[in-house]
Amino acid sequence: MTAIETRKAGFRVPAVLKSPTVVIGAVFVGIWVFAALFAPWIAPYDPLQSRAPLQLPMTRGPDGSLYLLGTDLLGRDILSRLLYGARAVVLWAGLATATAFTVGLAMGLVAGFYKGWVDKVLSFIANVILSFPVLVLYILVIVTFGASGLNIVLAVTFASAPGIFRIVRALTIDIAAQDYVAAAIVQGESPWRIMVVEILPNAAGPLVVDACLRLGYTTITIGVLGFLGLGLPPPTPDWGSMVNDGRPMAIAFPHMVIFPCIAISMMTLGLSLLADGIREVSLKQGRGS
Amino acid sequence: MLAAVLKKLAEVVGAMLVVSFIVFLVLEANVEDVAVKVLGAYSAPDQRAAWLEANGYLDPFLVRYVRWLWDFVTLDWGQSTLFRVPVTEILPQRLAMTGILAGVTLVVSTVLSLVLGILAGMNEGSITDRTVSFVSVLTTSIPEFATAVFLSAIFVFWLGWLPGASTMISGFTARELVLPVAVLTLYSAGYLARITRASMVEAMRSPYVRTALMKGASTSRIVLQHALRNALIAPVTVIMLHIPWLLSGVIVVEVFFAYKGFGTLLYEAALNSDVFLIEACAMVSVVVVVATQLISDGLYRLLNPRLRVSAKPAGATA
Repeated sequence: MTAIETRKAGFRVPAVLKSPTVVIGAVFVGIWVFAALFAPWIAPYDPLQSRAPLQLPMTRGPDGSLYLLGTDLLGRDILSRLLYGARAVVLWAGLATATAFTVGLAMGLVAGFYKGWVDKVLSFIANVILSFPVLVLYILVIVTFGASGLNIVLAVTFASAPGIFRIVRALTIDIAAQDYVAAAIVQGESPWRIMVVEILPNAAGPLVVDACLRLGYTTITIGVLGFLGLGLPPPTPDWGSMVNDGRPMAIAFPHMVIFPCIAISMMTLGLSLLADGIREVSLKQGRGS
Repeated sequence: MLAAVLKKLAEVVGAMLVVSFIVFLVLEANVEDVAVKVLGAYSAPDQRAAWLEANGYLDPFLVRYVRWLWDFVTLDWGQSTLFRVPVTEILPQRLAMTGILAGVTLVVSTVLSLVLGILAGMNEGSITDRTVSFVSVLTTSIPEFATAVFLSAIFVFWLGWLPGASTMISGFTARELVLPVAVLTLYSAGYLARITRASMVEAMRSPYVRTALMKGASTSRIVLQHALRNALIAPVTVIMLHIPWLLSGVIVVEVFFAYKGFGTLLYEAALNSDVFLIEACAMVSVVVVVATQLISDGLYRLLNPRLRVSAKPAGATA
């Protein structure tokens, strides 16, 4: 994935950066990626340390330390937890999406290139998985195999690889009908080389857009699982779980739930804007989806 | 036509069989586990052994699967360990509650998104178009639980206009339905509006609309008579395909507002390892998804004359 992205990005940087949609999206996402990378240096306090319970935003605790976004029931600083929480989101959403893409890409390329019974079998598997409502699937997987980052990656891969498979398969069938692929086959290039060198780069445009959207869905998924109490095990700070923890006291202390919600909304909105912007730019350039 | 429908049906039944097998495999492959879940963690080993034997759990896996599948088809879904009543006794009423929630949402969001999408798509690039597009990106990007928090913050905590929970304890009230429907609508209407808009834009660019324009037909005539009919094909199919999405959203919204529907039932069953209830809920949701896919497929064929004969519809594969 990264190889394709950088190649395409290098090619398109000027046009893409002129789109305000892309820039706003990139800023929203960038803020949290920055937070994830540098959480230990920018977070004011330890995210797990109990300091002063239920402080309102912008107040000073008994010991005079300032809580910009307040503290939660256990006295943990919400700003610090949000910044550290970005780590969980960026790491697991990134990893899960990357794994799903690897599986979906490989399956889609093979199905679209070879067609025949391979395609039939893979398409059937994809259809079966897609006839599950996604969240039911997640709940089933997490409840059976337990809640951990790795199981989230597994569940997301299982649930979203079929969608990626479909897109890649359709693109591959389209591209495989082009003359240059026929030329490569005549030249005697190996199937793998044709798939990776001839077909994949030409499918990159729509796939980059899809990757942004999927990253957003995965972020939402991790948030929702956390919200349902099925996310990363405590005390790992993660945004969905923070909402879940704060919910019983939300009437009196809405800050405990509102800030994590703003954080996750910024992230998912940023990714959608990125996807939209890139698609618009590539449509204007007369290629892509 | 008939052959195509039969082929589709066979495909769907095949997919459902595989799904049912996976559900059974995940939940009942380990019989010891099932015994612990049904009898509780403090049951004695010989108690469990007796229960397993009495309920035919010593039979080979495949035999048990076929029997289970038969029980499912004949509506013998077992006893819920959480509610201590047969699953078939609680599931229908919970499904009905979710049906009300989903039905109202579907109506509100369909009307809203079609109107907005058509208005936006009629004049590509206008201020209306840009506003609708921006708002729909905004509402579909925000996770449902965050929308629920934001709306509750405004209408429950700040303005105090609406109740924050929809337990319907003292009978069914429309007031308690407002927030859950609003959250689901915001999430799904944006997506539908975008599809309608795109489809409308395409129709407005088409040669037949240009011809109508040059003939001097009025805008309302062009939109209502020419563009709309074709522009509605995509959204109508998407509305049906959207129901599985709605189902996922429904779980979150029901849990958030403590609405006693199918979503909370599945959630409670999952949290309490209520095996038979989880199985029934999972199977019911799969049936719902597959049914909507079939309906959407049929509608697509019905609305799009080009696809009535053969060929696979692009937007609707199960």
